[in-house]
Amino acid sequence: MTLKISDLSVGMELPALALTFTRADLVAYAHASGDLNPIHQDEAFAKSVGLPDVIAHGMLTMGRAIQVVTNWVGDPTAVMDYSVRMTRPVVVPDTAEGSIVNFTGKVAQINDDGTVQVELGAVFGDVKVLGLAKATVRLAQ
Amino acid sequence: MGMNHDMIGHVYPPSQPYLVTAEKISAFVKALGDTNPAYADGTVAPPTFSIVVTMNAMDTAFHDPALQLDYSRLVHSDQKFEYLRPIRVGDELTVSASVEEIKPLGTNEIATFKTDVFSGSELVVTGWSKIVVRGPEA
Repeated sequence: MTLKISDLSVGMELPALALTFTRADLVAYAHASGDLNPIHQDEAFAKSVGLPDVIAHGMLTMGRAIQVVTNWVGDPTAVMDYSVRMTRPVVVPDTAEGSIVNFTGKVAQINDDGTVQVELGAVFGDVKVLGLAKATVRLAQ
Repeated sequence: MGMNHDMIGHVYPPSQPYLVTAEKISAFVKALGDTNPAYADGTVAPPTFSIVVTMNAMDTAFHDPALQLDYSRLVHSDQKFEYLRPIRVGDELTVSASVEEIKPLGTNEIATFKTDVFSGSELVVTGWSKIVVRGPEA
């Protein structure tokens, strides 16, 4: 089913996603992205620079938040712009359960040119880890 | 001592070409845990894949002695991308990074770096990365 702009209304919520962050995910992301900063892998190092524990790459959180939009649209190439503020880190303990971040989205604006602006949310526990998160997508009329 | 404001507007030379392969796309998609079938054949990259090349280009700038940036106190605070088209397998990406803004924010300093990502001569995505360099503890 193709999402059509005529079916949307401002305030409509996108299907939410709860995604788990484990230490293994951070190692995989470090190697795939080239960001090998030890604060994302080495607990002793992270604590030595004043962090509570290893933290996820902000860009991993950003890369996961947009899945709310791309899963909803289907075609990830419909994304025209995407921006976030990384307000707080996702702390990732060395456990099998890891940390769960809840990602949400809602339709914020429907434009005449066939584009839609979505506002995104990312919450870890009761802490907002992303702020000012928004993306613009182009949809079928 | 803060960053060198004379560097505002400075444009760094283009980065070395980075060949986008299906393996690199697939590793990135897998690390994101993204199961969207659009990525199954590794031909199109996810929106945030751009960071692989833009962060690398900015690292060169961050370590430029002329910028006088204390890398140990740097935090990446904001990221924005504007896409002209998606990054695809076979793209040979180069990045032109420039210093768009440096300004104080309380005892900290913030700086915005603009990164234009080209495949050959075609601009495919522009990124903006805002960083905070924490000032001395009060």
